[in-house]
Amino acid sequence: MLAFFLKRLASLVFTMLVVSALVFAAFEFTPGQVATKVLGPFSTQDQRDRLMEELGLNRPVYERYFEWLGVLPGWAATSAADGKPTGRCVKPGVPAEETPRFCGVLQGELGYSTLYKMPVNDIIWDRLGNTLILASLAFAVMVPLSILLGISAGMREGSKLDRTISVASIVTTSVPEFASGVFLASIFVIGLGWLPGTAPLDAGAGWPIALQLVLPVAVIVLYDLGYVVRMVRASMVEVMTRPYIRTAILKGLTFRDVILKHALRNAMIAPFTVILLQINYMITGVVVVEAVFAYPGFGRMLLDSALSQDVATVQAASLFAVLVSVCTQIAGDLGYMMLNPRIRFS
Amino acid sequence: MAMSETAGSISRTWARVRLLRESPVGMIGALLVVFWVLVAIFAPIISPFDPNSNDMDALIEPGPNAIHWFGTDMQGRDILARVIWGSRTVLTVAPVAVAVAYAIGSLLGLLAGYYRGWVDNLINRVSDIILSFPAIVLYIIVIMRFGPSALNIILAVIFIASPQIMRIVRGMTLELREREYIAAAKMRGESTFYIMFVEILPNARGPLIVDACLRMGYTTIAIGVLGFLGLGLPPPDPDWGGMVKDSYALMSIFPHMSLFPAAAITSLVVGFSLLADGMREISMRD
Repeated sequence: MLAFFLKRLASLVFTMLVVSALVFAAFEFTPGQVATKVLGPFSTQDQRDRLMEELGLNRPVYERYFEWLGVLPGWAATSAADGKPTGRCVKPGVPAEETPRFCGVLQGELGYSTLYKMPVNDIIWDRLGNTLILASLAFAVMVPLSILLGISAGMREGSKLDRTISVASIVTTSVPEFASGVFLASIFVIGLGWLPGTAPLDAGAGWPIALQLVLPVAVIVLYDLGYVVRMVRASMVEVMTRPYIRTAILKGLTFRDVILKHALRNAMIAPFTVILLQINYMITGVVVVEAVFAYPGFGRMLLDSALSQDVATVQAASLFAVLVSVCTQIAGDLGYMMLNPRIRFS
Repeated sequence: MAMSETAGSISRTWARVRLLRESPVGMIGALLVVFWVLVAIFAPIISPFDPNSNDMDALIEPGPNAIHWFGTDMQGRDILARVIWGSRTVLTVAPVAVAVAYAIGSLLGLLAGYYRGWVDNLINRVSDIILSFPAIVLYIIVIMRFGPSALNIILAVIFIASPQIMRIVRGMTLELREREYIAAAKMRGESTFYIMFVEILPNARGPLIVDACLRMGYTTIAIGVLGFLGLGLPPPDPDWGGMVKDSYALMSIFPHMSLFPAAAITSLVVGFSLLADGMREISMRD
């Protein structure tokens, strides 16, 4: 068990290193574009070279990667213009003796967002908090509902109820989030006027925040529910064919007791991982929902920064998204092992 | 010999199509998909207007009317025409992307599952890295870095789907390579290439066809989402996601501008999903 955990942890570190290198390389391989972007297309090569030197962009890509990661000390130099020390870690207003030697991702320095005009650190945590609110609400609705529907469908395979739930879950999963946003908004916002069409989490907009959250949560649940329902159903169908279920029925237990006391627990082992992996979807997959409802979350931050070529924010957000995804995978594997004695003890 | 074999496989295919009739759900899916394929093929004939031409008179009253059945958008462009032509975009980009992803994913899956050892390790490691990115993050990075275009969307889909397909094919290859007919083929002295593509791959086709159909649906969603997020095809050519993006802010005044393209993409994806379900049901029967 411990060996397994350590092995997975090592693979997590390896994956994150490769991913960070990829995320860095995707944008920083051609730093010449930065100079052109800052100085405009009519700048001379000489001007561009000088800016690149000032920004420390003229050094090899691997050096810049390790500095960005925080395992090499940030570059430092003396400004040619006024003799003051400059460098990656130098910040205006911070005296030279307090300037840290290392300032990379590992030190928690995520860079400066060109879109929000503030350090990425000052924006990313608030946005993550907002997304967490949305995701936990959706999760809290989705998990019990999907288990209930999945169990009801799977306990009698091929029944009318089973077919109805199965087909309905195929259909709901097939509606793109922006389309269900359009459909729900035209019913509840335009038609009935019960709910607001945007969720800026700002009570001044005239709608209580609780009502603002209804549609975003509904769209996430609608899109995600069907997949989990089908996983729970498949597992339940499988469990219902086992000999111990037949024994339980033959010894005269009520169907209700067979389901609740014998089938339910065993049917939950396989979908456990699937349910945990939905956390992953909730953190990043909400990009679309957040865009539809103007929700100030992590996904919208990622999208907005990508659309305005804000490299530092996109890099930080992508790294974080991958970290969440890899961690939920490990948690899923561990949970699966704990729930399943056959794997736990072998 | 070859003739009768071809005839046999055609009649088997027909038998499968006929079987689909027994699954009403699958049939509805098939009809929806066929409907959109026909719309895409005959777009130049059935489209009432040029999708990019502007009817300035329609700007005053953009709602659905006798001339513009689905109404017009904020630039006076006919929405029916744009929905019709938008099906062409989706039904070219998605099949091309899925087909290439299948070619790459199958090849890698066959290699990994057949040779195992370091080949398997290497392919799996690289796939694990790609799959550790949430798909939408990868789409955003790729499109942001290389710019929005049909080709880049196709490349992004291939990049994301190939490792997933690789895993499916690898799993099936690991199972199939132990079968007796593979041992027989080896004994006959068939090449590895022959064994992989003639003996293993065709025998794995059942689940792969179902997956391909589902994947067409996912890819359609992905194309729509990219369009909606502003990372899709550059204007003015119509794509459904982009049409919703352009009109969503005006939903409360002109809901028709968003509703029609949203309904179009939904019906196509539902079609693919139901068709996949019908085929899965049939393949489990035999």
